[in-house]
Amino acid sequence: MNRFAELLDRLSYEPGRNNKLRLITQYFREVPDPDRGYALAALTGALSFRHAKPGLIRELIAARVDPELFALSYDYVGDLSETVALMWPKTAASSPIKEPPTPDPSPPLRGGRGATGATPTSSPPSASVASGGEGSGVGGSSPHINAQAGAPPQSSCTATERAAQGHNNPPPPSLTDVVTTLATLGKTELPAQLARWLDELDETGRWALLKLVTGAMRIGVSARLAKTAAAALGNKDPHDVELIWPGLTPPYPDLFAWLEGRADKPANRDAAPFRPVMLAHAIETDDFAALDARDFLAEWKWDGIRVQAVSGRDDDGNIVSRLYSRTGEDISKSFPDLLPSLHLPGAIDGELLVLREGRVQSFNVLQQRLNRKSVTSKLTREFPIHLRAYDLLADDDTDLRLLPFAERRARLETFVANLDDPRIDLSPVVPFDDWTTITAARANPAAFGAGDDAEAVEGVMLKRRDAVYLPGRPKGQWWKWKRDPHIIDAVLMYAQRGHGKRSSYYSDYTFGVWTQSDDGDQLVPVGKAYFGFTDEELLQIDRFVRRNTTEKFGPVRHVVHEPDQGLVLEVAFEGLQRSTRHKSGVAMRFPRISRLRWDKPPRDADRLETLERMLKTEETH
Amino acid sequence: MRPQDLLAPTPAGLCCRLGGFHIDPMRSVERALITHAHSDHAHPGHGMVLATQETLDMMRLRYGDNFAGRTQAIRYGETLRLNDVTVSFHPAGHVLGSAQIAMTHEGLRIVASGDYKDAPDPTCEPFEVVPCDVFITEATFGLPVFRHPDAAREVRKLLDSVRLFPERAHLVGAYSLGKAQRVIALLRAAGFGAPIYLHGAMEPITRYYESRGIPLGDLRPVKDMKKAELAGTITLAPPSATSDIWTRRFPDPLTAFASGWMRIRARARQRGVELPLVISDHADWNGLTATIKATGAGEIWVTHGEEDALVHWCKTQGLAARPLALIGYGEEDESIPAAIEGDA
Repeated sequence: MNRFAELLDRLSYEPGRNNKLRLITQYFREVPDPDRGYALAALTGALSFRHAKPGLIRELIAARVDPELFALSYDYVGDLSETVALMWPKTAASSPIKEPPTPDPSPPLRGGRGATGATPTSSPPSASVASGGEGSGVGGSSPHINAQAGAPPQSSCTATERAAQGHNNPPPPSLTDVVTTLATLGKTELPAQLARWLDELDETGRWALLKLVTGAMRIGVSARLAKTAAAALGNKDPHDVELIWPGLTPPYPDLFAWLEGRADKPANRDAAPFRPVMLAHAIETDDFAALDARDFLAEWKWDGIRVQAVSGRDDDGNIVSRLYSRTGEDISKSFPDLLPSLHLPGAIDGELLVLREGRVQSFNVLQQRLNRKSVTSKLTREFPIHLRAYDLLADDDTDLRLLPFAERRARLETFVANLDDPRIDLSPVVPFDDWTTITAARANPAAFGAGDDAEAVEGVMLKRRDAVYLPGRPKGQWWKWKRDPHIIDAVLMYAQRGHGKRSSYYSDYTFGVWTQSDDGDQLVPVGKAYFGFTDEELLQIDRFVRRNTTEKFGPVRHVVHEPDQGLVLEVAFEGLQRSTRHKSGVAMRFPRISRLRWDKPPRDADRLETLERMLKTEETH
Repeated sequence: MRPQDLLAPTPAGLCCRLGGFHIDPMRSVERALITHAHSDHAHPGHGMVLATQETLDMMRLRYGDNFAGRTQAIRYGETLRLNDVTVSFHPAGHVLGSAQIAMTHEGLRIVASGDYKDAPDPTCEPFEVVPCDVFITEATFGLPVFRHPDAAREVRKLLDSVRLFPERAHLVGAYSLGKAQRVIALLRAAGFGAPIYLHGAMEPITRYYESRGIPLGDLRPVKDMKKAELAGTITLAPPSATSDIWTRRFPDPLTAFASGWMRIRARARQRGVELPLVISDHADWNGLTATIKATGAGEIWVTHGEEDALVHWCKTQGLAARPLALIGYGEEDESIPAAIEGDA
């Protein structure tokens, strides 16, 4: 587990795709089966076990540390798993690293030390190396492989781990131990088992374990990337791994055997594989000068979810259909109501939308369908799902990706006509002759063919007629041109420390606008924003908050906001809705800080009436 | 006499009126006793400075010959009488020359520890417990989430990375006084014998450490090197330089950062650090609490950092404790670049 934790740790900091690949491939090279297979499963989201809820983790730590110290720590760190990993009290025998300067080394944490103690007697090093390392999966040929590549780093790692363990503690669990135990563990046994593992692991190990068991890895590695790293182990094409993937199960001994040249390619063929998607660049005003309108086709940019809908025939001739997110995650389970509509073999690139009576609903409505544990018939009835197609990557067995976009578009039109299904339609082409026309269309989609769906349009897409379908974001092929956001000037009222990336800085801001009250003008909160600013601006606001706090309510700081004193934030947002949850009666969609207006006194910030006017315009639109 | 009659916080810093001096004052004063040479503790422009020889030397390196009206060096353990107050300096284990300052008057002893750590450091005298009635402790890492790992293990992480990415240059951000030299010494102790490259800002203090008999091996200025030659090497630079255009001189640089802040993942990410090394010159939570107990002090004053948690802990231990709101040190610790540039 510690070696896997080390990998997650490195990955969580590494921004570069190629370096991530190197780290993962190196891990696959060093670590034997079945551990590496379970690691691949963890990275691709292929593990299934009962996830621990944050509440359980809180209970475990609450039983071991002073609640006040936990609260202060959690507030500072901003991430539950990380806080618990860092402050989990060490058992007496497991901290041989440093000698405190005093004969009394007991930590202050109530009930901490010795709570679990050193349970089993020590196992001889050789025995535990065998159990944790050279697993059962590979059989006789694995020592040979290890001797070539993985053995030296691994044995040294084991030796240091052992040295650090002291002789009273059980060895930390391997990833295989954790995964296989979790798969069969009853709900009531989970807390005690988790506590045992937390005792046995180091800080990084505990962090990784908690990420794993809470199902919130978030280390910036997609399933696709992990598979690509596996492919690199055997210098194979990632696409080949993708093709056989659906037939494989963790811990993938046959996959690794093939990648290491010890066996033939596993014989499974995916009838409905994912194909890496093509993305667009945001277009800037300056870009138009170099572009010829005649080279482009335009479509609406829909405010939905980009998906790839793939169907194919399996070996028995049955249709297999899958829905993938733009990163290649299989999201079919969330949209079972769409799958029957994909009855012809092919691969559609399109936008997932909710349609009611033929009218596209806002993203807010679509959101109700996301991240649901179970998809009930009530849900599918109330939020009817729809696919609006804009590209065709494969038609039956024919790969179309190397055809020019204009030709693919023609094939798509035929394909959608043949499907003849009410849940799938074409994203229309927006006719235009010059940039002036498309500028007008973007400003007023309703008048240029989007009709009632104009509200769900968030801009236009410009695609070169001759663009082949390339994975990634190739330059100059596809452009997205988003609608301008709405802008208001609001006053910072409250600030809270952020979580995740922004933890320990005041980065969540509640802002307000002026409204008339019985006591004259006063600020009323209209929204919260926690991004949009640069790192440098975050620093400036953080400093402003610290120096201008007038009161503290728990984690919330009340920041000075008087007509002449305070900070004006320029807030950009995509739309407004009526809201009963906000005192102001309005809620913003996708608000973010677009500028800091140090120059503007708060008295000159916007008024609630301005927002109400915008709301009326949106509603009558 | 009450402790606050002997030593009290003032806008200029901690002031001992009976002895006629300030400790680590933030503003110019007549007589300053300085714990160590980091810039948030050692300001130039005092009438007279009393500090260890190393602290005085490094202040001179940083601020020039006229950094104070007069100076006086004091050895660890040496006792001086200032008016009615007896003063002595004791190793703080923080950086070369760092000291805790003990003040005694009519049987009451207060120890101002400045910044300190109880972890081993080959580049400075180890921390010494000074029994006292009132112990003034820092709280830079005053939360139980801060338990610094073995520094040698962190350095191994760096060396493993150099092995895995031999075509990349490894840039290690480290505070130029203390941390940089400690990291170099740790690398040498781990068996890394190759040249280590230095950003120009690192050189004066590093050479000074060497002149005080601390062996640091083959050190070279990085400015003389060609880009391609820096593949697979380790360079130490001030933290601010590692995110600067200065890094363009390196082939595919990998940014490491040696600091206690690196324990918090968000801190590392905020700065784009790819290889956080949790190496701190401040005591961690266990070090702070163990030291407080070991001094035998019945009253604890907590300064700069996360005072709340440490004050709370002291109270659970039956110790009188209060935060000392000393502006100047604490403020820097929480804001983004300052915290990261800080000597943590």
